[in-house]
Amino acid sequence: MRIPGLGHGIDRNRKVGFSFNHRRLTGFGGDTVASALLAKDIKLVARSFKYHRPRGVMALGSEEPNALITVGTGDAAMPNLRATQVELMAGLKTRSQNAWPSIEADFLAVNDFVSPFLSAGFYYKTFMWPRGFWEKLYEPFIRRAAGLGKLPMAHDLTPHEKAFAHCDVLVIGSGPTGLIAAWAAAEAGADVILCEEDTMLGGRLLHENEEVDGTAGHLWAADMSERLAAMPNVRIMTRTTVTGAYDTGVYGALERVGRHVFSPDEALPMECFWRITARATVLAAGALERPIAFENNDRPGILLSAATRGYLHRYGVAPGSRVAVFGTGPDAHRTARDLKAAGVEVPYLVDTRSDAPALEDTEVISGARVTGTRGRKALRSITVGARKLEVDALAVAGGWTPSVHLTCHMNHRPVWDEGVQAFVPAEGAVPGMVPAGACRGVYSTAGCLQDGLRAASDVLDMVGLTPLSLALPAAENGAEVPTPLWHVPGQGRAWLDFQNDVTVKDVKLAAAENYASVEHMKRYTTQGMAPDQGKNSNLNALAVLAEATGRSIPETGTTTFRPPYVPVALGAIGAGARGAGFAPRRLTTSDPDSRAMGAPMIEAGLWFRPSYFPRSGETHWRDSCDREVKMVRETVGVTDVSTLGKIDIQGADAARFLDLVYANKFSTLKPGKARYGLMLREDGHVMDDGTTACLGDGHYMMTTTTAAAGPVMSHLEFVAQCLVPDWDVHLISATEQWAQFAVAGPMARAMLETLVDDAIDDATLPFMGWMDVTVGGVAGRLFRISFSGEMGFEIAVPARYGASLFRLLIAQAGAFGGGAYGMEALNVLRIEKGFITHSEIHGRVTAFDVGMEGMVSKKKDCIGFAASRREGLLRDDRERLIGLKPVAKDGQLLAGAHLFTQGDKPIRVNDQGYVTSVGYSPSLGCMIGLGFLRSGPDRIGERVRMVDHLRKVTTEVEICAPVFLDPEGERARG
Amino acid sequence: MLINCPFCGPRDLREFSIRGADVALDRPEGTEWSEAWQDYLHLRENPAGVSQELWQHTGGCGAWLVVTRDTRTHEIISVRSAREAAT
Amino acid sequence: MRYSALEILKQGLTGNKGWRPAWRSPEPKSAYDIIIIGGGGHGLATAYYLAAKHGLTNIAVLEKGYLGGGNIGRNTTIVRANYGLPGNSEFYSHSLKLWEGLEDELNYNVMHSQRGIINLFHSDGQRDAYARRGNAIINQGDDAILLDTDQLRDMLPYLDYDQTRFPIYGGLYHPRGGTARHDAVAWGYARGADKRGVDLIQNCEVTGIDVENGKVTGVQTTRGAIKARKVGVVVAGRSSQVAAMAGMRLPIESHVLQAFVTEGLKPCIDTVITYGMGHFYISQSDKGGLVFGGDLDFYPSYAQRGNLPMAEHVIEAGMTLMPMIGKARLLRSWGGIMDMSADGSPIIDRTHIEGLYLNCGWCYGGFKAVPGSGDVFAHLLATDTYHENATRYRLDRFSTGHGLMDEEATGSQHNLH
Repeated sequence: MRIPGLGHGIDRNRKVGFSFNHRRLTGFGGDTVASALLAKDIKLVARSFKYHRPRGVMALGSEEPNALITVGTGDAAMPNLRATQVELMAGLKTRSQNAWPSIEADFLAVNDFVSPFLSAGFYYKTFMWPRGFWEKLYEPFIRRAAGLGKLPMAHDLTPHEKAFAHCDVLVIGSGPTGLIAAWAAAEAGADVILCEEDTMLGGRLLHENEEVDGTAGHLWAADMSERLAAMPNVRIMTRTTVTGAYDTGVYGALERVGRHVFSPDEALPMECFWRITARATVLAAGALERPIAFENNDRPGILLSAATRGYLHRYGVAPGSRVAVFGTGPDAHRTARDLKAAGVEVPYLVDTRSDAPALEDTEVISGARVTGTRGRKALRSITVGARKLEVDALAVAGGWTPSVHLTCHMNHRPVWDEGVQAFVPAEGAVPGMVPAGACRGVYSTAGCLQDGLRAASDVLDMVGLTPLSLALPAAENGAEVPTPLWHVPGQGRAWLDFQNDVTVKDVKLAAAENYASVEHMKRYTTQGMAPDQGKNSNLNALAVLAEATGRSIPETGTTTFRPPYVPVALGAIGAGARGAGFAPRRLTTSDPDSRAMGAPMIEAGLWFRPSYFPRSGETHWRDSCDREVKMVRETVGVTDVSTLGKIDIQGADAARFLDLVYANKFSTLKPGKARYGLMLREDGHVMDDGTTACLGDGHYMMTTTTAAAGPVMSHLEFVAQCLVPDWDVHLISATEQWAQFAVAGPMARAMLETLVDDAIDDATLPFMGWMDVTVGGVAGRLFRISFSGEMGFEIAVPARYGASLFRLLIAQAGAFGGGAYGMEALNVLRIEKGFITHSEIHGRVTAFDVGMEGMVSKKKDCIGFAASRREGLLRDDRERLIGLKPVAKDGQLLAGAHLFTQGDKPIRVNDQGYVTSVGYSPSLGCMIGLGFLRSGPDRIGERVRMVDHLRKVTTEVEICAPVFLDPEGERARG
Repeated sequence: MLINCPFCGPRDLREFSIRGADVALDRPEGTEWSEAWQDYLHLRENPAGVSQELWQHTGGCGAWLVVTRDTRTHEIISVRSAREAAT
Repeated sequence: MRYSALEILKQGLTGNKGWRPAWRSPEPKSAYDIIIIGGGGHGLATAYYLAAKHGLTNIAVLEKGYLGGGNIGRNTTIVRANYGLPGNSEFYSHSLKLWEGLEDELNYNVMHSQRGIINLFHSDGQRDAYARRGNAIINQGDDAILLDTDQLRDMLPYLDYDQTRFPIYGGLYHPRGGTARHDAVAWGYARGADKRGVDLIQNCEVTGIDVENGKVTGVQTTRGAIKARKVGVVVAGRSSQVAAMAGMRLPIESHVLQAFVTEGLKPCIDTVITYGMGHFYISQSDKGGLVFGGDLDFYPSYAQRGNLPMAEHVIEAGMTLMPMIGKARLLRSWGGIMDMSADGSPIIDRTHIEGLYLNCGWCYGGFKAVPGSGDVFAHLLATDTYHENATRYRLDRFSTGHGLMDEEATGSQHNLH
C-alpha cells in the first residue's frame, strides 16, 4: 500500500498507467513495476522454477530472485526481466511467466505436492526405463516444465550498441563509499567514470532514513551527484551495471539506455554494452541483505528488511498493513521503527537474540525464530514456536553479504572474515582494483565514507596522482554485526535458492549422498545456478552444508562467481552483428559492373566474386558456365582476379627470402619473369601456391590465393622478423592497391593489343614473363600467366582505374566474341588443366601428395623441408592426387564422395580416397574431377567405384592423370 | 586485455594474434628430420607460470613480439620486439 | 543401492532419509595395482571399465580437487560421432555406442539426449568438405544426412536465411548426435567404479612419479607415497605438468576455451547447431538455458577464464545466424583448460617408461569421448595392447608423420585446432 508523505523517488504528480497480467493499473513516475505492484497490494507475481510455488517481490534491485516478468507482447516481448528494475512507463505491458494457464491457477503447481519425489538429483535416479523413453517422453516433459520465460522466435530487432571507454579511475557503485571515492579521485585530477546500476546515485542512502553531513542521506547524494556532474573530468553512468572484470583493467558494463526511462526515446538503443579500460578501479559494490531459511519462507509477502525500508522511503510503499519483522539484530529494529514511523502496524518483532531491546507498541519476541508461515498466495500468518501470529507481510533481516562478485572474476576466491561472518574480497584479487565499503564488510555509513577516501587515495597512488586532503562528512557510525542465523531447523521445506527451488533438505541430502564438496553440492542441487547466481542464497547454503558435514564454513570453502554480474542480453553483447554486420564486405572494383550484368555475387571469404554472367535464354547456371568455358577455350574471356593476395617484397635478400619460403627455387628468377611457387608450412604440408614475378633486382610481387592472403602475409612477416631478422627484406600487402584481371583465350593477345600501347608478342612477352604496359594512358603491369590453360594474361592497374579497365576489357572482349566469365567457369577451366586450389591443398596434403615432390628443391633449405621428409609423409600408399572420369559419358561425379576398389563394400576399412573438385567439361563432354587415391599415380587407368551415400550416387570412374586437356601446355605457351 | 606494443603503445587484445611458445624463434639447422625438429614443431614446455610467447600485432604495425606472460594469471610481464630477440 | 522410480517413491514416502552415499571417501592404501591420476570424466571412466570389463579392482583414482572438477564439469555437453578421418571415425563411433547404453550400464541417468546435430555450411567448398565428412561417417556405419535449405527452413525456421552475412547453403545432420548432463557422467562412472571397489581419493594431488630403472613404481602425493605397478595419466590441461614429473615433454599446449549459458527459457532450440563462418555452436539444456561456445582464446592459459573479445565474437556470430537469441540473457560464462595436441587429435599410448601410460590431447572434444576413452584406455592398461578402435592415437605419430589426424587441417600449431 502507498504511504502518504513518503517516497522521495517518485513523482506523485505523474500518474503512469500500465498493465500486469492484463490488469490495468496505475503507478507514479519513478516507480518500478515491483513498487507499483506492492503499492496495489499485488503480492502474487511469479511462479517458482521447479515446484511452481506462488512467489512475490522479495528484494529491491537486480538481485531479485522471484519477481521475474515478461515485458511487452508478441515479438517484442522480453522475458525474465526483474520487476524490481523495470522502470514504470506509460503503456507498459507486463505479465508473469512460468505459469499455465494462469498465475492464479498454475497447473504445474501439482509439483509442489509431490515434492518428496522431486528431491535434489531425483532425475539422475529415474527415467531410465524403458530405454528410449527418455527422449520421447520424459525429457520433453521435463523441458516444458523447466525454463522460465518464453523467448519470442522472431528475429530480435531491438536496437543495441557497443562502445569503448577509457579512464584513470573507474568507480563501481555510488553509495556513500563510491560517491566519496569518485569525488576524491576527481578532485585530485583523475579522469573518473562512476558506474551505478540504479537510476540515480546514492546506493543505500536512497533507501534509508539517515543523515549525512547534517542533511537527509538521499539529499546529500543528490548534492554530490550535482557536484560530480559539474566536473569535466567525471563521467557519471547511471543505469549501468559493471558486469565483468577482465585482464589488465578491462571491464564489461551494461547500460540501460533508451527504452527503460520514463519517456522512452525511440532513437536511442535499448542497451549499450561497454568495454571500459581503467588504470585503477574502486569497487564500491555494497552488500546484499540475506534471507533466513525457515519453513515456507518463500511466501508472497515475505521480503527482505532492507528492501522493505527501501520501498518505504524511496517509493512510499509498505508491503502490507500488518507487518512482522524477523531478524538477527539492529536491521530488524530499524525496519520496525521506520515502518511504524510511517504509520504501518508492526505487531511483532521476532529477534534471535535473547537480549533484544524492547520497542514501543511492538511485541519483541526475544531469542525466538519464525518456524513456519501460512498463506499460499499471500502471507496470512507466521508461526513462532507454538504461536500463530496473523500478519500480511514479513520483513526478514538475516545480516549482510558483501558483494564480492567482481573480485572473483579473476579466479581469486573470497576469504572468510570471522568479524563480519561473511566472505570478503581476497587481497589483490583483481590487479588494479581496490574494494571499499560494504563490499569488504564495512557497514556503517561513516565507515564507508572513510573507506571510500582510503580507496581513492590507493587508486590515485596507482595512477600517479596525489590525493587532496578532504573533510569527512558526518554520518551514522557503529554497525554491529549480529550473530548470523543461516536456517531455522524444522521438518518442512526451508528455501535457500528461491529461483532454483533448492531447500535446506536438498543440501542435507547432497551431503548424505557424499556430494559433500561445495562444488558437488552446488551441481547436484543446482544451488546458486539460477539467474541470481546465488546472490541471495550461497552463504546460507554453504552454512547448511558445513553443518551437515561437520566442518566450519571456511573449511567447506566457497564456490566462485563468474561473469556477468547480472544477466546481459545477447543482443547487447552481440550488437551490430545482426544481418550483414557480422563481418566486413570486401568488394572488387568490378563489383558494380558485375552486378549490373546480372552476375550472382558469391562470398569468397570476405570478398564477393561473380558466380557466372547469365545471358538471355540461359535458364540454368550450367548453361552460362558451359558457354563461358567454351568462350575462353575458343575466343577470349575476362575475369577479375583482384582478390588474390599481392605482396610486394623488396630488399637485397629478397631472392634468398623467396628461396626460404617457397619449396622451389626463386633466386634464379630474372627480372621480367614470373614463376609458379609452392609454399609449405613448417610441418611439411602445403600452405599455399601462386605466382611470383621478379619486378627488378631485389624486388618481387608475390600472389597468394584469395583465402590464404592474410595467413601468408603473417607467415612471411614471421619468417622475416623471427627467423632471418638480419636479412634485408621488406614486405607490404598490395592486394587492395591493384585491380587485376585475367584475360584468357586464343584471342587474348589480339584483344589486348587493341588496348595496350606496347608490343606484347611472344618475343617481348613470352609465357611466364611480365612487362610494364600503358593502357589507356595508365601505367600498369601485364603478366603472361594462365590459370585456364589458354594463352593467358593478367593485367594490373592501380585500383582506382579498375572499374574503367574492366568495362574496357569487357567491351573489347565482346568485339572478339568473348566476354566476362565467373567463378564457375574458372573452376571448370582449372580442373580441365588439373590446377589445384584449396579444395586440393586443403591443409592435410604434402607436395608429394599433389604430385609436386619434384618441385621441392633438394639443393636448398626451405620452410617445411625437414618435416616433409618424415617417412610417413613420403609413403607411396598415401592418398595422392589423381584425375577422375566417369566410365559412362553421363556418369555423375560429386565432390565429397569417397572412392573404393571395384567389388569392395563401401565401408571405412575399404576407403581408398575421395573426390575434391568436379565439374562438367564442355570440352570433353562429360564430368571430370580431381581427387586423392591411395597410391593414386600408380593406378592410372584403373576403374574404381565412387560412392556418395549422402546423395545416393554410385558411379564407376576411371582414374587418370590430373590433366584433361592439352597435357603439354602448348596453348598457354602460344 | 591490453598488450603494450613496443612500437604502438598499449593496445587491446583484439589487435593481436598469437602463434605459441617462442621456441618458434629457434629454427633448427639441417634439412633432415631430427629430434631437434620434433622439439621445435611439436613438443612444448607448456609452463603453468611464466611463459615466453610469440605474438603478432596483426591489427596494428605487424610486428612480431616476444611476450613474457604468466599463464596462470594472464599477467603480462614484458613485451619486446621479436626481431631484436632473434638477432 | 539401485536407483529406480520405485526407490524414489519409497524414499519419498519415508522422508528421503535412506539414500546412501554415491561413493565412499576412502583413505589411500599404500599400494595399488593401477593408479589413475586424474578424477575427471576420462579417469573415472577408465577406472570403471578396468573394474567392470577387466575385473581389476585394486585401483585408485587420485584427484587433486573434487571428482569431475575439470573439463567434464565445464563443457557444452555435446555428444557426437561425426568425424571425418580414420582413427577418429572408429573411435568416436565406438564411444557413441557406449553412450547409447550408458544409463543401463551405470544405473544413473546421464540424460543422454540424441536430439541431433546440424553443422551448417555456407559455400560450395564447405558443402564439399562436409559431404566428404558425411560420407566418411556413413562409411563408418554411423548416420549423416545432407540437408538443403528447404529442409533446414522446416527444421530451424528461426535462422536468418535472408539477411545474414554468410548465406546458409545447407547442413550436415547427424541425428544420433546430441547432449548429455555433464556432471552426471562423472558421477555415474564414479558411483559405478566405487561400487566395484575402486578407491576414489579426492583432495590428493600427485607431486611426483617414481621411476626406477625405466619402470614406474608409484607416485608421491600430498597424502603420502603410493606404490603402483602401472600409472595412467589422465589430467587433460595439466598433462604437461604431470608428464614433466616423469621427465617427459608432450606435444601439448594448454589453452582456455570459454563457454556460456543463458537464463532458463521455455524450449526453443531442439537440436545442436554449429555455424560454419564463425565460432559459434548452441544447444538448449533441459533446464532451459541456451548453452553455447566458440573457439579458444588462442593464448596458452591455466586460468579457467577468458576475455571479452572471443566472448563477443561468439555472440556476434550467434546474432548473425539466429537473431532470435538477442533477447536471451547471458547468465554465466566460464572457461576450461584444453590439452591442445599438435594435430588436434588425442594421444592414448604407452610411454618410454614401462608402466606409465598417457591419455591426453583431447583438445576441446573430450566430453563425448569419455566412455570411449575410458574403455580403450582401460584396455591398454589391462592388456598392454591397443584397443581395436584406438590403434592410431600413438604418441610417435608426430615424429613419424604417419597417421596424423588433423581434422581442422591447420597443421602443427596447437592453438589452431
